[in-house]
Amino acid sequence: MVPALGSGWLTLLYKELLRFWKVSFQTILAPVLTALLYLLIFSHVLESHVSVFDGRVRYTAFLIPGLVMMSVLQNSFANSSSSLIQSKITGNLIFVLLPPLSPLNVFSAYVLGAMVRGIVVGLGVLLVTLWFEPLKVEHPLWAIAFALLGSGILGTLGLIAGIVADKFDQLAAFQNFLIMPLTFLSGVFYSIHTLPPFWQTLSRFNPFFYMIDGFRYGFFGLSDVAPEASLAFVAGCCAALGALTLWILKSGYKLRH
Amino acid sequence: MIPAVEIVDVARRFGSVQALAGVDLTVEPGEFFGLLGPNGAGKTTLISILAGLTRADRGAARVLGHDVVSDYRMSRRMLGVVPQELVFDPFFTARETLKIQAGYFGIRDNDDWIDEILHHLDLTERADANMRALSGGMKRRVLVGQALVHKPPVIVLDEPTAGVDVELRQNLWAFIRKLNRDGHTIILTTHYLEEAEALCSRIAMLKAGKIVALDTTQNLLSSFAGLTVRLTAERLPEQWHARVQRREENTYLLSLADYAELETLLEALRSQGIAIGELSLHEADLEQVFLRIMKRAA
Repeated sequence: MVPALGSGWLTLLYKELLRFWKVSFQTILAPVLTALLYLLIFSHVLESHVSVFDGRVRYTAFLIPGLVMMSVLQNSFANSSSSLIQSKITGNLIFVLLPPLSPLNVFSAYVLGAMVRGIVVGLGVLLVTLWFEPLKVEHPLWAIAFALLGSGILGTLGLIAGIVADKFDQLAAFQNFLIMPLTFLSGVFYSIHTLPPFWQTLSRFNPFFYMIDGFRYGFFGLSDVAPEASLAFVAGCCAALGALTLWILKSGYKLRH
Repeated sequence: MIPAVEIVDVARRFGSVQALAGVDLTVEPGEFFGLLGPNGAGKTTLISILAGLTRADRGAARVLGHDVVSDYRMSRRMLGVVPQELVFDPFFTARETLKIQAGYFGIRDNDDWIDEILHHLDLTERADANMRALSGGMKRRVLVGQALVHKPPVIVLDEPTAGVDVELRQNLWAFIRKLNRDGHTIILTTHYLEEAEALCSRIAMLKAGKIVALDTTQNLLSSFAGLTVRLTAERLPEQWHARVQRREENTYLLSLADYAELETLLEALRSQGIAIGELSLHEADLEQVFLRIMKRAA
Protein backbone atom coordinates (compact mmCIF):
# COMPACT_ATOMS: atom_id res chain seq x y z
CA MET A 1 0.00 0.00 0.00
CA VAL A 2 1.30 3.48 -0.87
CA PRO A 3 1.56 5.52 2.32
CA ALA A 4 -0.47 8.67 2.80
CA LEU A 5 1.68 11.57 1.74
CA GLY A 6 1.70 15.31 1.74
CA SER A 7 4.25 15.85 -0.98
CA GLY A 8 5.62 13.98 -3.93
CA TRP A 9 9.17 13.35 -2.85
CA LEU A 10 8.19 10.82 -0.17
CA THR A 11 6.34 8.80 -2.81
CA LEU A 12 9.42 8.89 -5.01
CA LEU A 13 11.45 7.64 -2.06
CA TYR A 14 8.86 4.94 -1.41
CA LYS A 15 9.00 3.94 -5.08
CA GLU A 16 12.79 3.72 -4.92
CA LEU A 17 12.61 1.49 -1.82
CA LEU A 18 9.87 -0.70 -3.28
CA ARG A 19 11.87 -1.06 -6.48
CA PHE A 20 14.88 -2.69 -4.82
CA TRP A 21 12.78 -4.55 -2.26
CA LYS A 22 10.85 -6.30 -5.03
CA VAL A 23 14.10 -7.78 -6.34
CA SER A 24 15.78 -8.25 -2.96
CA PHE A 25 17.48 -11.51 -3.98
CA GLN A 26 19.50 -9.51 -6.49
CA THR A 27 19.81 -6.25 -4.56
CA ILE A 28 20.35 -7.45 -0.98
CA LEU A 29 21.09 -11.15 -0.67
CA ALA A 30 23.52 -11.40 -3.60
CA PRO A 31 25.88 -8.65 -2.33
CA VAL A 32 25.75 -10.11 1.19
CA LEU A 33 26.83 -13.47 -0.22
CA THR A 34 29.61 -11.83 -2.24
CA ALA A 35 30.98 -10.08 0.87
CA LEU A 36 30.80 -13.33 2.81
CA LEU A 37 32.85 -15.09 0.12
CA TYR A 38 35.46 -12.31 0.29
CA LEU A 39 35.65 -12.79 4.04
CA LEU A 40 36.00 -16.56 3.86
CA ILE A 41 38.67 -16.48 1.17
CA PHE A 42 40.76 -13.54 2.36
CA SER A 43 40.62 -14.42 6.05
CA HIS A 44 41.52 -18.05 5.31
CA VAL A 45 44.49 -17.09 3.14
CA LEU A 46 45.80 -14.04 5.02
CA GLU A 47 44.83 -14.43 8.70
CA SER A 48 48.17 -15.87 9.72
CA HIS A 49 50.26 -13.71 7.35
CA VAL A 50 49.01 -10.18 7.89
CA SER A 51 49.39 -8.08 10.99
CA VAL A 52 47.28 -4.96 11.32
CA PHE A 53 47.41 -2.12 13.86
CA ASP A 54 50.61 -3.70 15.29
CA GLY A 55 48.85 -6.97 15.96
CA ARG A 56 46.18 -5.40 18.18
CA VAL A 57 43.39 -6.51 15.81
CA ARG A 58 43.00 -9.89 14.13
CA TYR A 59 43.01 -9.71 10.32
CA THR A 60 39.53 -11.26 10.02
CA ALA A 61 38.15 -8.69 12.46
CA PHE A 62 39.95 -5.91 10.53
CA LEU A 63 38.44 -7.15 7.30
CA ILE A 64 34.80 -7.11 8.45
CA PRO A 65 34.24 -3.32 8.76
CA GLY A 66 36.02 -2.87 5.42
CA LEU A 67 33.73 -5.36 3.72
CA VAL A 68 30.66 -3.85 5.37
CA MET A 69 31.60 -0.37 4.18
CA MET A 70 32.57 -1.61 0.71
CA SER A 71 29.12 -3.19 0.41
CA VAL A 72 27.44 -0.01 1.64
CA LEU A 73 29.31 2.09 -0.91
CA GLN A 74 28.91 -0.19 -3.91
CA ASN A 75 25.22 -0.85 -3.34
CA SER A 76 24.39 2.79 -2.73
CA PHE A 77 25.99 3.64 -6.05
CA ALA A 78 24.29 0.72 -7.80
CA ASN A 79 20.84 1.69 -6.55
CA SER A 80 20.59 5.28 -7.70
CA SER A 81 22.57 4.76 -10.90
CA SER A 82 20.65 1.68 -12.07
CA SER A 83 17.27 3.12 -11.15
CA LEU A 84 17.88 6.30 -13.08
CA ILE A 85 19.47 4.76 -16.16
CA GLN A 86 16.71 2.13 -16.39
CA SER A 87 14.08 4.85 -16.19
CA LYS A 88 15.91 6.90 -18.79
CA ILE A 89 16.38 4.06 -21.23
CA THR A 90 12.89 2.60 -20.88
CA GLY A 91 11.39 6.10 -20.96
CA ASN A 92 9.44 5.84 -17.72
CA LEU A 93 11.47 8.69 -16.21
CA ILE A 94 8.74 10.85 -17.73
CA PHE A 95 6.51 9.88 -14.78
CA VAL A 96 8.99 11.60 -12.44
CA LEU A 97 9.52 14.58 -14.75
CA LEU A 98 5.85 15.43 -15.28
CA PRO A 99 4.81 15.95 -11.62
CA PRO A 100 5.73 19.09 -9.66
CA LEU A 101 8.84 17.57 -8.08
CA SER A 102 11.67 20.02 -7.47
CA PRO A 103 15.35 19.20 -8.13
CA LEU A 104 15.77 18.88 -4.34
CA ASN A 105 12.82 16.45 -4.17
CA VAL A 106 14.33 14.25 -6.88
CA PHE A 107 17.81 14.44 -5.38
CA SER A 108 16.75 13.60 -1.83
CA ALA A 109 14.47 10.72 -2.86
CA TYR A 110 17.02 9.01 -5.10
CA VAL A 111 19.91 9.51 -2.66
CA LEU A 112 17.95 8.44 0.42
CA GLY A 113 16.71 5.37 -1.44
CA ALA A 114 20.31 4.54 -2.33
CA MET A 115 21.46 5.11 1.25
CA VAL A 116 18.79 2.77 2.61
CA ARG A 117 19.78 0.00 0.22
CA GLY A 118 23.49 0.48 0.98
CA ILE A 119 22.92 0.41 4.72
CA VAL A 120 20.54 -2.57 4.59
CA VAL A 121 23.15 -4.53 2.63
CA GLY A 122 25.86 -3.34 5.04
CA LEU A 123 23.83 -4.51 8.03
CA GLY A 124 23.26 -7.85 6.30
CA VAL A 125 26.99 -8.25 5.73
CA LEU A 126 27.71 -7.28 9.34
CA LEU A 127 25.18 -9.77 10.73
CA VAL A 128 26.46 -12.64 8.62
CA THR A 129 30.16 -11.97 9.16
CA LEU A 130 29.80 -11.45 12.91
CA TRP A 131 28.95 -15.12 13.11
CA PHE A 132 32.57 -15.80 12.05
CA GLU A 133 34.27 -13.11 14.13
CA PRO A 134 32.41 -11.43 17.01
CA LEU A 135 33.21 -7.70 17.12
CA LYS A 136 32.75 -5.00 19.70
CA VAL A 137 31.82 -1.60 18.32
CA GLU A 138 33.93 0.91 20.26
CA HIS A 139 32.43 4.13 18.85
CA PRO A 140 29.09 3.36 17.19
CA LEU A 141 28.28 7.01 16.41
CA TRP A 142 31.47 7.34 14.36
CA ALA A 143 30.60 4.19 12.44
CA ILE A 144 27.06 5.43 11.81
CA ALA A 145 28.30 8.87 10.71
CA PHE A 146 30.70 7.38 8.14
CA ALA A 147 28.12 4.88 6.91
CA LEU A 148 25.60 7.67 6.36
CA LEU A 149 28.07 10.02 4.69
CA GLY A 150 29.65 7.26 2.58
CA SER A 151 26.31 5.93 1.36
CA GLY A 152 25.18 9.52 0.70
CA ILE A 153 28.27 10.24 -1.40
CA LEU A 154 27.95 7.07 -3.43
CA GLY A 155 24.20 7.51 -3.84
CA THR A 156 24.93 10.99 -5.18
CA LEU A 157 27.68 9.71 -7.48
CA GLY A 158 25.23 7.08 -8.72
CA LEU A 159 22.73 9.79 -9.50
CA ILE A 160 25.34 11.76 -11.46
CA ALA A 161 26.40 8.61 -13.35
CA GLY A 162 22.75 7.79 -14.12
CA ILE A 163 22.18 11.29 -15.48
CA VAL A 164 25.37 11.43 -17.55
CA ALA A 165 25.26 7.89 -18.98
CA ASP A 166 23.12 7.29 -22.05
CA LYS A 167 23.71 3.54 -22.24
CA PHE A 168 24.22 0.70 -19.79
CA ASP A 169 27.80 0.18 -20.95
CA GLN A 170 28.67 3.80 -20.15
CA LEU A 171 27.34 3.22 -16.65
CA ALA A 172 29.29 -0.03 -16.43
CA ALA A 173 32.45 1.87 -17.41
CA PHE A 174 31.79 4.36 -14.59
CA GLN A 175 31.34 1.47 -12.18
CA ASN A 176 34.24 -0.69 -13.35
CA PHE A 177 36.84 1.99 -14.05
CA LEU A 178 36.11 4.41 -11.23
CA ILE A 179 34.02 3.04 -8.37
CA MET A 180 35.50 -0.47 -8.28
CA PRO A 181 39.21 0.54 -8.32
CA LEU A 182 38.66 3.33 -5.79
CA THR A 183 36.84 0.89 -3.49
CA PHE A 184 39.34 -1.94 -3.80
CA LEU A 185 42.32 0.42 -3.37
CA SER A 186 40.87 2.14 -0.33
CA GLY A 187 42.14 -0.15 2.40
CA VAL A 188 39.25 -2.61 2.57
CA PHE A 189 41.66 -5.54 2.60
CA TYR A 190 44.76 -3.91 4.14
CA SER A 191 46.00 -1.07 6.30
CA ILE A 192 47.77 1.56 4.22
CA HIS A 193 50.71 1.42 6.68
CA THR A 194 51.60 -1.92 5.10
CA LEU A 195 52.05 -0.19 1.71
CA PRO A 196 55.26 1.33 0.28
CA PRO A 197 55.46 5.15 0.84
CA PHE A 198 54.43 6.01 -2.74
CA TRP A 199 51.23 3.98 -2.53
CA GLN A 200 50.53 5.28 0.95
CA THR A 201 50.66 8.84 -0.39
CA LEU A 202 48.50 7.93 -3.37
CA SER A 203 45.92 6.28 -1.10
CA ARG A 204 45.49 9.55 0.74
CA PHE A 205 44.06 11.06 -2.48
CA ASN A 206 41.36 8.39 -2.56
CA PRO A 207 38.20 9.67 -0.83
CA PHE A 208 37.01 6.08 -0.30
CA PHE A 209 40.02 5.46 1.94
CA TYR A 210 38.76 8.08 4.44
CA MET A 211 35.26 6.56 4.46
CA ILE A 212 36.54 3.08 5.20
CA ASP A 213 39.23 4.15 7.62
CA GLY A 214 36.77 6.32 9.56
CA PHE A 215 34.17 3.56 9.60
CA ARG A 216 36.76 1.12 10.90
CA TYR A 217 37.66 3.58 13.67
CA GLY A 218 34.08 3.23 14.89
CA PHE A 219 34.71 -0.48 15.47
CA PHE A 220 38.24 -0.57 16.90
CA GLY A 221 39.02 2.98 18.03
CA LEU A 222 42.08 2.63 15.75
CA SER A 223 42.61 4.18 12.33
CA ASP A 224 45.29 5.14 9.80
CA VAL A 225 44.16 8.79 9.82
CA ALA A 226 42.62 10.85 12.64
CA PRO A 227 38.86 10.24 12.42
CA GLU A 228 38.09 13.95 12.77
CA ALA A 229 40.14 14.68 9.65
CA SER A 230 38.46 11.83 7.77
CA LEU A 231 35.01 13.04 8.83
CA ALA A 232 35.74 16.60 7.73
CA PHE A 233 37.04 15.40 4.35
CA VAL A 234 34.13 13.03 3.76
CA ALA A 235 31.53 15.61 4.85
CA GLY A 236 33.16 18.16 2.52
CA CYS A 237 32.97 15.71 -0.40
CA CYS A 238 29.35 14.96 0.42
CA ALA A 239 28.38 18.64 0.48
CA ALA A 240 30.29 19.45 -2.73
CA LEU A 241 28.84 16.51 -4.65
CA GLY A 242 25.35 17.29 -3.35
CA ALA A 243 25.63 20.90 -4.55
CA LEU A 244 26.96 19.77 -7.94
CA THR A 245 24.13 17.25 -8.39
CA LEU A 246 21.46 19.77 -7.44
CA TRP A 247 22.91 22.18 -9.99
CA ILE A 248 22.86 19.46 -12.67
CA LEU A 249 19.25 18.57 -11.82
CA LYS A 250 18.23 22.20 -11.88
CA SER A 251 19.85 22.70 -15.27
CA GLY A 252 17.85 19.76 -16.65
CA TYR A 253 21.05 18.35 -18.20
CA LYS A 254 20.21 15.17 -20.14
CA LEU A 255 16.81 14.98 -18.45
CA ARG A 256 14.81 17.92 -19.77
CA HIS A 257 15.86 18.59 -23.36
CA MET B 1 -11.07 34.52 -18.35
CA ILE B 2 -7.62 32.94 -17.95
CA PRO B 3 -6.89 30.67 -20.92
CA ALA B 4 -6.43 26.97 -20.17
CA VAL B 5 -3.30 27.03 -22.31
CA GLU B 6 -1.47 30.04 -23.67
CA ILE B 7 1.50 29.69 -25.97
CA VAL B 8 3.25 32.88 -27.03
CA ASP B 9 5.87 32.95 -29.79
CA VAL B 10 7.37 29.61 -28.75
CA ALA B 11 10.36 28.47 -30.79
CA ARG B 12 12.64 25.47 -30.42
CA ARG B 13 15.50 24.21 -32.55
CA PHE B 14 17.18 20.79 -32.31
CA GLY B 15 20.49 21.07 -34.15
CA SER B 16 19.65 21.94 -37.73
CA VAL B 17 15.95 21.19 -37.31
CA GLN B 18 13.62 24.05 -36.43
CA ALA B 19 11.03 22.01 -34.53
CA LEU B 20 8.92 25.05 -33.62
CA ALA B 21 9.22 28.39 -35.37
CA GLY B 22 7.28 30.90 -33.30
CA VAL B 23 3.97 29.32 -32.36
CA ASP B 24 1.12 31.35 -30.84
CA LEU B 25 -1.88 29.48 -29.54
CA THR B 26 -4.62 29.92 -26.97
CA VAL B 27 -6.93 27.19 -25.73
CA GLU B 28 -9.93 28.27 -23.69
CA PRO B 29 -11.09 26.45 -20.56
CA GLY B 30 -13.49 23.61 -21.31
CA GLU B 31 -12.49 23.28 -24.97
CA PHE B 32 -11.91 19.96 -26.72
CA PHE B 33 -9.00 21.10 -28.88
CA GLY B 34 -7.26 19.19 -31.64
CA LEU B 35 -3.61 19.60 -32.52
CA LEU B 36 -2.98 17.97 -35.87
CA GLY B 37 -0.05 17.72 -38.21
CA PRO B 38 2.13 15.26 -40.07
CA ASN B 39 5.00 13.46 -38.32
CA GLY B 40 7.73 15.92 -37.42
CA ALA B 41 5.38 18.92 -37.49
CA GLY B 42 6.27 19.88 -33.91
CA LYS B 43 3.18 18.64 -32.03
CA THR B 44 5.09 16.56 -29.49
CA THR B 45 7.71 19.29 -29.02
CA LEU B 46 4.93 21.76 -28.26
CA ILE B 47 3.36 19.37 -25.77
CA SER B 48 6.77 18.68 -24.20
CA ILE B 49 7.35 22.41 -23.71
CA LEU B 50 3.93 22.72 -22.11
CA ALA B 51 4.72 19.81 -19.79
CA GLY B 52 8.18 21.11 -18.87
CA LEU B 53 9.95 18.17 -20.53
CA THR B 54 11.58 20.42 -23.12
CA ARG B 55 12.69 24.01 -22.79
CA ALA B 56 11.80 26.57 -25.41
CA ASP B 57 14.52 28.67 -27.03
CA ARG B 58 12.20 31.65 -26.83
CA GLY B 59 8.62 32.51 -25.99
CA ALA B 60 6.41 31.54 -23.08
CA ALA B 61 3.92 28.79 -22.28
CA ARG B 62 1.34 28.98 -19.53
CA VAL B 63 -1.20 26.53 -18.12
CA LEU B 64 -4.16 28.33 -16.52
CA GLY B 65 -1.95 31.37 -16.16
CA HIS B 66 0.98 29.54 -14.57
CA ASP B 67 4.25 29.82 -16.48
CA VAL B 68 5.72 26.37 -17.18
CA VAL B 69 9.22 27.51 -16.17
CA SER B 70 8.92 30.11 -13.42
CA ASP B 71 5.78 28.61 -11.85
CA TYR B 72 6.34 24.97 -12.83
CA ARG B 73 4.89 23.47 -9.67
CA MET B 74 1.45 24.97 -10.30
CA SER B 75 1.52 24.51 -14.07
CA ARG B 76 2.36 20.81 -13.72
CA ARG B 77 -0.36 20.36 -11.11
CA MET B 78 -2.84 21.77 -13.62
CA LEU B 79 -1.72 19.46 -16.43
CA GLY B 80 -2.13 15.75 -17.15
CA VAL B 81 -0.18 14.36 -20.09
CA VAL B 82 -0.58 11.04 -21.87
CA PRO B 83 2.76 10.57 -23.63
CA GLN B 84 3.00 9.18 -27.12
CA GLU B 85 5.59 6.51 -26.28
CA LEU B 86 4.31 3.32 -24.68
CA VAL B 87 6.35 3.51 -21.48
CA PHE B 88 5.87 1.79 -18.14
CA ASP B 89 7.75 0.82 -14.99
CA PRO B 90 8.16 -2.98 -15.03
CA PHE B 91 8.48 -3.22 -11.26
CA PHE B 92 4.87 -2.37 -10.49
CA THR B 93 1.26 -3.41 -11.04
CA ALA B 94 -1.26 -1.19 -12.81
CA ARG B 95 -2.82 -0.13 -9.49
CA GLU B 96 0.57 0.57 -7.88
CA THR B 97 1.53 2.60 -10.94
CA LEU B 98 -1.56 4.80 -10.56
CA LYS B 99 -1.16 5.18 -6.80
CA ILE B 100 2.51 6.07 -7.11
CA GLN B 101 1.72 8.62 -9.82
CA ALA B 102 -0.94 10.20 -7.60
CA GLY B 103 1.60 10.28 -4.77
CA TYR B 104 4.06 12.24 -6.92
CA PHE B 105 1.42 14.98 -6.96
CA GLY B 106 1.09 14.79 -3.18
CA ILE B 107 -2.35 13.18 -3.43
CA ARG B 108 -3.33 10.58 -0.86
CA ASP B 109 -6.34 8.44 -0.12
CA ASN B 110 -7.74 8.67 -3.63
CA ASP B 111 -8.55 4.96 -3.94
CA ASP B 112 -12.12 5.71 -5.05
CA TRP B 113 -10.92 7.84 -7.95
CA ILE B 114 -8.31 5.25 -8.92
CA ASP B 115 -11.02 2.55 -8.87
CA GLU B 116 -13.18 4.78 -11.08
CA ILE B 117 -10.32 5.33 -13.52
CA LEU B 118 -9.61 1.61 -13.64
CA HIS B 119 -13.30 0.93 -14.25
CA HIS B 120 -13.67 3.48 -17.05
CA LEU B 121 -10.50 2.25 -18.71
CA ASP B 122 -11.70 -1.34 -18.42
CA LEU B 123 -8.67 -2.29 -16.31
CA THR B 124 -10.34 -3.38 -13.05
CA GLU B 125 -9.77 -7.09 -13.65
CA ARG B 126 -6.09 -6.57 -14.45
CA ALA B 127 -5.43 -3.90 -11.83
CA ASP B 128 -3.15 -6.11 -9.77
CA ALA B 129 -1.25 -7.60 -12.70
CA ASN B 130 2.33 -6.50 -13.27
CA MET B 131 2.65 -3.94 -16.06
CA ARG B 132 4.81 -6.37 -18.04
CA ALA B 133 1.90 -8.82 -18.19
CA LEU B 134 -0.50 -6.31 -19.80
CA SER B 135 -1.17 -6.05 -23.53
CA GLY B 136 -0.07 -2.97 -25.47
CA GLY B 137 -3.60 -1.55 -25.44
CA MET B 138 -3.85 -2.04 -21.67
CA LYS B 139 -0.50 -0.38 -21.09
CA ARG B 140 -1.72 2.55 -23.20
CA ARG B 141 -4.84 2.80 -21.01
CA VAL B 142 -2.73 2.79 -17.84
CA LEU B 143 -0.85 5.74 -19.35
CA VAL B 144 -4.17 7.52 -19.78
CA GLY B 145 -5.00 6.69 -16.16
CA GLN B 146 -1.68 8.08 -14.96
CA ALA B 147 -2.48 11.40 -16.62
CA LEU B 148 -5.81 11.56 -14.80
CA VAL B 149 -4.87 10.49 -11.25
CA HIS B 150 -4.47 14.04 -9.98
CA LYS B 151 -7.67 15.26 -11.71
CA PRO B 152 -5.91 17.91 -13.77
CA PRO B 153 -8.09 20.66 -15.25
CA VAL B 154 -6.11 20.45 -18.51
CA ILE B 155 -5.49 17.06 -20.11
CA VAL B 156 -3.15 16.56 -23.06
CA LEU B 157 -3.56 13.32 -25.00
CA ASP B 158 -0.71 12.65 -27.41
CA GLU B 159 -1.91 9.83 -29.68
CA PRO B 160 -3.86 8.12 -26.88
CA THR B 161 -5.63 5.51 -28.99
CA ALA B 162 -2.68 4.11 -30.93
CA GLY B 163 -2.84 0.34 -30.53
CA VAL B 164 -6.18 0.39 -28.70
CA ASP B 165 -8.92 -1.72 -30.30
CA VAL B 166 -12.13 -0.17 -31.62
CA GLU B 167 -14.46 -1.11 -28.77
CA LEU B 168 -12.09 0.04 -26.05
CA ARG B 169 -11.36 3.19 -28.03
CA GLN B 170 -15.07 4.03 -27.90
CA ASN B 171 -15.09 3.46 -24.12
CA LEU B 172 -12.03 5.64 -23.76
CA TRP B 173 -13.59 8.48 -25.77
CA ALA B 174 -16.83 8.22 -23.79
CA PHE B 175 -14.76 8.67 -20.61
CA ILE B 176 -12.77 11.58 -22.05
CA ARG B 177 -16.01 13.22 -23.28
CA LYS B 178 -17.42 12.89 -19.77
CA LEU B 179 -14.30 14.57 -18.36
CA ASN B 180 -14.74 17.35 -20.94
CA ARG B 181 -18.41 17.78 -19.98
CA ASP B 182 -17.29 17.99 -16.34
CA GLY B 183 -15.18 21.00 -17.27
CA HIS B 184 -11.77 19.53 -18.10
CA THR B 185 -9.98 21.08 -21.06
CA ILE B 186 -8.81 18.44 -23.49
CA ILE B 187 -6.00 18.84 -26.02
CA LEU B 188 -5.73 15.96 -28.42
CA THR B 189 -3.19 14.96 -31.02
CA THR B 190 -4.10 12.02 -33.17
CA HIS B 191 -3.53 10.53 -36.58
CA TYR B 192 -7.13 9.27 -36.58
CA LEU B 193 -8.64 12.38 -38.15
CA GLU B 194 -12.18 11.05 -37.93
CA GLU B 195 -11.70 11.04 -34.14
CA ALA B 196 -10.53 14.64 -34.16
CA GLU B 197 -13.47 15.61 -36.40
CA ALA B 198 -15.97 13.92 -34.10
CA LEU B 199 -14.49 15.16 -30.81
CA CYS B 200 -12.76 18.49 -31.24
CA SER B 201 -14.60 21.78 -31.33
CA ARG B 202 -11.49 23.64 -32.54
CA ILE B 203 -8.42 22.49 -34.38
CA ALA B 204 -4.92 23.79 -35.02
CA MET B 205 -2.84 22.28 -37.80
CA LEU B 206 0.92 22.40 -37.57
CA LYS B 207 3.44 21.98 -40.32
CA ALA B 208 7.22 22.37 -40.05
CA GLY B 209 6.89 24.04 -36.66
CA LYS B 210 4.29 26.61 -37.72
CA ILE B 211 0.54 26.80 -37.33
CA VAL B 212 -0.93 26.66 -40.83
CA ALA B 213 -4.60 26.54 -39.84
CA LEU B 214 -6.50 27.39 -36.68
CA ASP B 215 -10.29 27.50 -36.58
CA THR B 216 -13.38 25.73 -35.36
CA THR B 217 -13.80 22.27 -36.83
CA GLN B 218 -17.01 23.41 -38.54
CA ASN B 219 -15.35 26.41 -40.18
CA LEU B 220 -12.43 24.31 -41.36
CA LEU B 221 -14.79 21.78 -42.90
CA SER B 222 -16.95 24.37 -44.64
CA SER B 223 -14.24 26.77 -45.77
CA PHE B 224 -11.83 24.23 -47.17
CA ALA B 225 -13.96 21.28 -47.98
CA GLY B 226 -16.57 21.62 -50.67
CA LEU B 227 -17.63 18.38 -52.31
CA THR B 228 -15.92 15.42 -53.84
CA VAL B 229 -17.49 13.74 -56.89
CA ARG B 230 -16.63 10.21 -57.88
CA LEU B 231 -17.42 9.89 -61.55
CA THR B 232 -17.03 7.03 -64.02
CA ALA B 233 -16.93 8.14 -67.66
CA GLU B 234 -14.86 7.34 -70.76
CA ARG B 235 -13.31 10.80 -70.69
CA LEU B 236 -13.57 14.19 -68.99
CA PRO B 237 -14.11 17.64 -70.62
CA GLU B 238 -10.80 19.43 -71.06
CA GLN B 239 -11.65 22.30 -68.69
CA TRP B 240 -12.23 19.88 -65.79
CA HIS B 241 -8.87 18.15 -65.95
CA ALA B 242 -7.34 20.58 -63.43
CA ARG B 243 -9.95 19.55 -60.84
CA VAL B 244 -9.04 15.88 -60.85
CA GLN B 245 -7.68 14.77 -57.48
CA ARG B 246 -7.16 11.17 -58.45
CA ARG B 247 -7.83 8.94 -61.45
CA GLU B 248 -8.19 5.17 -61.58
CA GLU B 249 -8.75 4.13 -65.22
CA ASN B 250 -12.15 5.63 -66.10
CA THR B 251 -13.01 6.69 -62.56
CA TYR B 252 -12.26 10.28 -61.65
CA LEU B 253 -12.24 11.91 -58.22
CA LEU B 254 -13.06 15.60 -58.67
CA SER B 255 -13.26 18.43 -56.17
CA LEU B 256 -16.16 20.89 -56.36
CA ALA B 257 -16.56 24.14 -54.43
CA ASP B 258 -20.30 23.59 -53.86
CA TYR B 259 -23.46 21.92 -55.17
CA ALA B 260 -23.92 24.62 -57.86
CA GLU B 261 -20.70 23.48 -59.54
CA LEU B 262 -22.19 20.02 -59.92
CA GLU B 263 -24.70 21.34 -62.43
CA THR B 264 -21.87 23.03 -64.39
CA LEU B 265 -20.02 19.71 -64.53
CA LEU B 266 -23.09 17.77 -65.66
CA GLU B 267 -23.80 20.35 -68.34
CA ALA B 268 -20.25 20.10 -69.67
CA LEU B 269 -20.57 16.32 -69.83
CA ARG B 270 -23.92 16.51 -71.61
CA SER B 271 -22.73 19.13 -74.11
CA GLN B 272 -19.83 16.88 -75.15
CA GLY B 273 -22.01 13.76 -75.24
CA ILE B 274 -20.07 11.99 -72.54
CA ALA B 275 -22.07 9.23 -70.91
CA ILE B 276 -21.89 8.89 -67.13
CA GLY B 277 -21.28 5.34 -65.89
CA GLU B 278 -21.53 5.98 -62.16
CA LEU B 279 -21.66 9.12 -60.05
CA SER B 280 -21.52 9.61 -56.29
CA LEU B 281 -21.17 12.71 -54.14
CA HIS B 282 -19.27 13.02 -50.86
CA GLU B 283 -19.07 15.94 -48.51
CA ALA B 284 -15.43 16.42 -47.62
CA ASP B 285 -14.19 15.26 -44.23
CA LEU B 286 -11.37 16.47 -42.03
CA GLU B 287 -8.90 14.17 -43.73
CA GLN B 288 -9.46 15.94 -47.05
CA VAL B 289 -9.28 19.34 -45.36
CA PHE B 290 -6.06 18.28 -43.69
CA LEU B 291 -4.52 17.09 -46.95
CA ARG B 292 -5.45 20.29 -48.77
CA ILE B 293 -4.08 22.51 -46.02
CA MET B 294 -0.84 20.56 -45.88
CA LYS B 295 -0.53 20.74 -49.67
CA ARG B 296 -1.24 24.46 -49.66
CA ALA B 297 1.36 25.02 -46.92
CA ALA B 298 4.05 23.10 -48.78
